[in-house]
Amino acid sequence: MWEASALTITVFLPLVGAALITLIPKAKEEAAKPVALGVSLLAFLLSLAILAGYYLGPPGGEGLAYQLRVDWIPVIDASYHVAIDGISLPLFVLSYLLTFLCAVYTFHHLEEPGRPKAFLSLMLLLQTGMAGTFVAFDLVLFFVFWELVLVPMYFMIGIWGGPRREYAAVKFFLYTLFGSVFMLVAFIALYFAGPGTFDIVALQQAGAAGEFGLTFQRLAFLGIFLGLAVKVPMWPFHTWLPDAHTEAPTVGSVLLAGILLKMGTYGFVRIALPILPDAAVEYAPIIGALAVIAILYGALCCLAQTDLKRLIAFSSVGHMGFVMLGIATLTPVGVNAAIFGMIAHGIITGMLFFAVGSIKERYHSRAIADIGGGVLQTMPRMGAVLTFVAIASLGLPPLPGFWGEVVALYAAFNPAEALVDAGFLTFFRVLMVLGAIGTVLTAGYFLNMLQKVTMGTAPARWREADLSDVSAIEWGAWSPLLVMTVAIGLVPVLVFGITDPAVSAVLTALGA
Amino acid sequence: MDVDQATQIDLFALAPELAVLGASLLVLLIELFLHGPRKRFVNPIAVLGVLVAFGFVVALWLDGAQRSSFGQMFVVDDYALAFKGFFLAVALFVLLISYRYFSEIRTFQGEYYFLMLAAFLGMMLMPSARDLVMLFIALELVSVPGFIMAGLRKFDLRSNEGAMKFFLFGVLSAAVLLFGLSIVYGFTGTTTLEGVAASLSAGEANPLLLAATLFVIAGFGFKVSAVPFHFWAPDTYEGAPIPVTAFLAVASKAAGFAGLLQVTFVAFEPLADVWAPVLGVVAILTMTLGNLTALTQTNMVRLLAYSSVAHAGYVLVPFAVVQPGDAALNADAFSAVLVYLFAYGAMNIGAFAVVIAVARRHPGRRVSDYAGLGQRSPGLAVALTTFLVSLGGIPPLVGFVAKLAVFFVAVEAGTTLGIVLAAAVAINTVISLVYYLRVARVVWMEEAPEPEPEPVQPGLALGFTVGGLAVVTVALFVLAPLLWGAADQAVLIASG
Repeated sequence: MWEASALTITVFLPLVGAALITLIPKAKEEAAKPVALGVSLLAFLLSLAILAGYYLGPPGGEGLAYQLRVDWIPVIDASYHVAIDGISLPLFVLSYLLTFLCAVYTFHHLEEPGRPKAFLSLMLLLQTGMAGTFVAFDLVLFFVFWELVLVPMYFMIGIWGGPRREYAAVKFFLYTLFGSVFMLVAFIALYFAGPGTFDIVALQQAGAAGEFGLTFQRLAFLGIFLGLAVKVPMWPFHTWLPDAHTEAPTVGSVLLAGILLKMGTYGFVRIALPILPDAAVEYAPIIGALAVIAILYGALCCLAQTDLKRLIAFSSVGHMGFVMLGIATLTPVGVNAAIFGMIAHGIITGMLFFAVGSIKERYHSRAIADIGGGVLQTMPRMGAVLTFVAIASLGLPPLPGFWGEVVALYAAFNPAEALVDAGFLTFFRVLMVLGAIGTVLTAGYFLNMLQKVTMGTAPARWREADLSDVSAIEWGAWSPLLVMTVAIGLVPVLVFGITDPAVSAVLTALGA
Repeated sequence: MDVDQATQIDLFALAPELAVLGASLLVLLIELFLHGPRKRFVNPIAVLGVLVAFGFVVALWLDGAQRSSFGQMFVVDDYALAFKGFFLAVALFVLLISYRYFSEIRTFQGEYYFLMLAAFLGMMLMPSARDLVMLFIALELVSVPGFIMAGLRKFDLRSNEGAMKFFLFGVLSAAVLLFGLSIVYGFTGTTTLEGVAASLSAGEANPLLLAATLFVIAGFGFKVSAVPFHFWAPDTYEGAPIPVTAFLAVASKAAGFAGLLQVTFVAFEPLADVWAPVLGVVAILTMTLGNLTALTQTNMVRLLAYSSVAHAGYVLVPFAVVQPGDAALNADAFSAVLVYLFAYGAMNIGAFAVVIAVARRHPGRRVSDYAGLGQRSPGLAVALTTFLVSLGGIPPLVGFVAKLAVFFVAVEAGTTLGIVLAAAVAINTVISLVYYLRVARVVWMEEAPEPEPEPVQPGLALGFTVGGLAVVTVALFVLAPLLWGAADQAVLIASG
């Protein structure tokens, strides 16, 4: 019973919580916070139970588990098919962890205009969309969850965001939608070209068996690529991201960076590569090139930023570039590195946005010049946290940022056989070198940021302002992330051990 | 057909229509004996008539047999019943949103409800009509009450202008339609839809005949406000009482599509390679023009009017992929049209219901009137957002199912036109979200002007409509198989 219903219960529990919260009378609006906390904690514990069950239960850490397949729209053979494997499991659990921590964080601070009831029900709705995307094994269902995140995030940015919130919210929505409608058309094309189903498992088998012709694959891949690339976001589709991240409230930024971006890269691993393997080989060099451009471009933009939040936002463009470079190699090593990179980026950048959000809340400004340095003086603990996560993010071994980047670069040195046969070995090695230069630039801008923000002498007005250091609630929300940063950095096999068998299974179509 | 056959009447088959007819006459009669504010009690009578008719439709559906009257002119089958059920549900909601509106205006209540029920009588005849003459009668029975209802706000110049435009366009298109029908009759020698199809597939395609099919399609194009026959729509919608606007944008449009379905998929099916590409171009123009014009609207009703023009474009997409003789594809296209119309009905009436509620406080109907609605009336604001997002085709709402159905057949056709249409719908979806989100932004993210207006009091009937349709909009997404399955059951295409 639990086996079949576990994912459904866990995915829709936050939705039920959101409905409950809307029933709270307006006069007792603060009661929304403990309810959201309780619901998200319970959901997080359920996701941990699923994680534990995956190892201890029948699959024993391999293959699909917790499957449930119920017919939904029989006319078009769209089903409610959910399952989980080693690729989705870490992202699935991470989404619950981050939402739970965000619920904790709202006890500390919620941006103007407050209204925790509306905010938290949107956050829980968002959680259902995020988690559902990672467990959907039907293209229509995947698309439903994929789009489900748009509306809550639109309102989170648009109501609780910074000065340019309305512009940023609409831009976020329209960019993502623009990509995804073409993805939907490509999904339907897969239905008609293949075995007449939207089931991802069946389509993967069809892809491995070579049922799709090359011309068809090129077009379908293009459609899917548009949808996913906007979400990742890959250069040159990234322009919504700096605006959305910068203007979003802290919780919105954390979830956007921590989970929403991963939906795009996850889609490449789950859908684009295994179902359309031949087109993947043709597109891989382009994806690799765009990824490296993103790495370098992101780093150069970061060097030029004067806004702390915008800087972190652009750093995401670069980090997602490493993830995409790993995927573009089409090797198990590269894809493992990509998933590791997603988890690492989710934890670290989520944490960075928490820290930056808290700094902004105290300084009432995101501009580096306004802060003027010396955070280590005014708020020593806050400065230490920021320094630690910034260093983790720039990829210092043995913190997790390092593993994602260096393994992706290593994979680019040895791309898949098919790419070597097509004469792209040198090309990928050039990409590797350029990516390595990107890591240096990354270190450069983060150290530059630390120097300007945390070090030096604090301006007199901030020394006299008596800024409060990290609060107990903030420690509560952050310490799990800080601990995990150290843990998966020191023992990367915690993630690689989960992902490796599943990645090999998915890449069989590519002859890996 | 001989006289015996033509005069054979199956009263059970006609029962829903008779119930509506009876209710309409009763309303007209009773209103004479009511005075002052009590005149509003004609509304429940009309509602009762609609419910009785709905009961008959359910009974006919349970009965299951295919029935006919007047020879084969009037047929009751799954297709007809699906549309009748839909029209009656729409009628119910239109009556509910009319109650408060007309009891406050206090004019022409008896006339209004009589005309409304008469129009719905025409709509119910439409899907049963399997004869060109019968189709024309049904179409005019929908149109003529519409002309009058659009002008019911006599004191308002915009209402006069809108009704006048509607009338002139309507009469012109009726003439064009009749002209086309007469040519078709001249060539085929019959007025039954099946007979026309049989004759067309046997004979040579004559250029004049092709022109005649386009005349007929143009006649229906007016009804569904497809570009370039849409010019009346925004002015008429803006000038008409808002319940009438909801009626024109949903019910009358759906009736036009029902007629178009019968004419194109049954009678003119053999000539599909001529009219389908034409409708493809019309579809692209309609959705694009509707959406682009809606972008700049500051009046809420005009915005919804152009939005409904754009939706007509989406519904035309399945028509454009029809291929002669390809029964499987045509059946899918047919069911996509039904899915879209049913979904569109729920979400669009809902949107108009919210507009009526808000218009009680803000008769100007400007989009800026909605500023701060999320604070004042969170329930209405959530419902309005749901309807708008659903109109945009975002899951998990029924609008997504409708868009999916349209994309599905466009891709299924696999032709260049199909792909172009799919791309056009995709791009238009993004454009449409610009203005739907603009309204959502005003509702939730803008502060109300000082002094803050009173919260909107929708009242029982309107509140029930808004809440009920919001639930339907969500529920029909989850229950998409029911919607799609029902549409699939109701497919009516030329046999063979």
